[in-house]
Amino acid sequence: MNKKKFLILFLLLIIWQMLSVFTFLPGNKIPSPLQIFFAVYDLFTEGLPPGKPLLMHCFYSLLRVICGFSLAVILAVPSGILIGRSKQLREILSPVIETIRPIPPLAWIPLAILWFGIGIKSASFIIFLGSFFPILLSTVSGVLSVDVILIDAARTLGGKEKDILIKILIPGATPAIYTGLRIGMGIGWMTLVAAEFTGVRSGFGLGYMIMAARDIQRPDLVIAGMVTIGLIGYVLDLLLRLMESRSLRWR
Amino acid sequence: MSLELKKLSKIFYEEKGRGVVKALQDISLSVDDGQFVSVIGPSGCGKTTMLRIISGLESPTSGELLINGERPEEPWKQVGFVFQEYALFPWRTVCQNIEFGLEIKNIPGKEKRQRALEYINRFGMKGFEDKFPNEISGGMKQRVAIARTLVNNPSIVLMDEPFGALDSHTRSHLQKFILHVWQQSKKTVVFVTHNIDEAVFLSQKVICLSARPGRVKLTFPVKLPYPRDVTEDEFNRYRREIIEFLSAEMLSEPDSAIEVEPAG
Repeated sequence: MNKKKFLILFLLLIIWQMLSVFTFLPGNKIPSPLQIFFAVYDLFTEGLPPGKPLLMHCFYSLLRVICGFSLAVILAVPSGILIGRSKQLREILSPVIETIRPIPPLAWIPLAILWFGIGIKSASFIIFLGSFFPILLSTVSGVLSVDVILIDAARTLGGKEKDILIKILIPGATPAIYTGLRIGMGIGWMTLVAAEFTGVRSGFGLGYMIMAARDIQRPDLVIAGMVTIGLIGYVLDLLLRLMESRSLRWR
Repeated sequence: MSLELKKLSKIFYEEKGRGVVKALQDISLSVDDGQFVSVIGPSGCGKTTMLRIISGLESPTSGELLINGERPEEPWKQVGFVFQEYALFPWRTVCQNIEFGLEIKNIPGKEKRQRALEYINRFGMKGFEDKFPNEISGGMKQRVAIARTLVNNPSIVLMDEPFGALDSHTRSHLQKFILHVWQQSKKTVVFVTHNIDEAVFLSQKVICLSARPGRVKLTFPVKLPYPRDVTEDEFNRYRREIIEFLSAEMLSEPDSAIEVEPAG
């Protein structure tokens, strides 16, 4: 099965390359796969702008994501558990949450720049906003999905509210929390690159790099940057899935 | 420990709207120390609600619950509960499930493990201690649930149709098993079932509840020596008496239904 998947990908790339070679595709707008491959190589060795290699861009982007995402996890998981546990909290907070949630994280960029200036703080803030709500909502629904009979069982075995929280609700909500983490990470990563389009001072970051490639009219470098974003996003999700299957052996 | 209910009633008020459900009405009954009592009645007659009140999960609307003649402050210290759906914690292994109550009492790891393993061995689950609930059979799940309750050393054990979800072979096996455990431990048992044969096979006293709202219709002492033989004439005489009584009951209340099924 795996081999088949790669075969189809490979075939598509060959067709694309052919179309480029026989000039069915305009080379200055749509580069060929080989051109993109060499563009990635150039980005690795020389960098864009020259002297700023791809790995450094990745590093800075990842740093921003990790800051924003961690903050989102630290705040969203505990609040999700509390909100899931308390019906009153749910009723009070749901209008607030449901109003803020549909605002796209990118719409916060101007405000983020006003508050935090241009730099890691405002980029991380945007990621935080992108990741926070999926994690929060998944955690809430995870807590709500815990079978009431398990809470009763814990009570009859002497469990107090604290035990129910730690020994029942948290492990019971963990599968849903992982789903939230994966969605949150995905949205956070997508948001980041867009955030870097507008506000980066250090001159590093994949979004920044792509904009630099556009400025010098190099679609091959732009696509090389996009492919990198896709691959890193894939690896991040893979890592979370690995953690998930490790900690959810009981399923 | 002995258990007494005095004119216990429970009314559920539905949250939205004006709906009111009368689950139990003036239930009075007593269970002696070390006695095995079964409660039978049609589905929806409030048997489960009664157990939930005894265990402290639910409070009565009126009436009194006495354990050893006193109103219990924290019933779970004396009362254990075995649920129909096993209610095992799916993320905990067999051993960790059994250890749950001990963990809450902060019993140190080594002793905790040892006490859980003792039950695992006694209940014939050796080799399964590190399995998760979704890896074991229904019969074993219920044995884990029973062990998890007993390891806490309750004086009164409540069982809510514990064998209802099991096939008849496993069921009859577990019936003998639970009798064996009871005879060894001398605990007070309140066993809810809708199966008359099971009630006669297991208990010293059978209490019949009416359809909702549940009221005590009949208290029926079963004076047969253990182990009981389900094919014996005496056994059948008890069955017949209860069935006849309940049939008469059902005629007056057409909604109720009692399951009759061989115990073996």
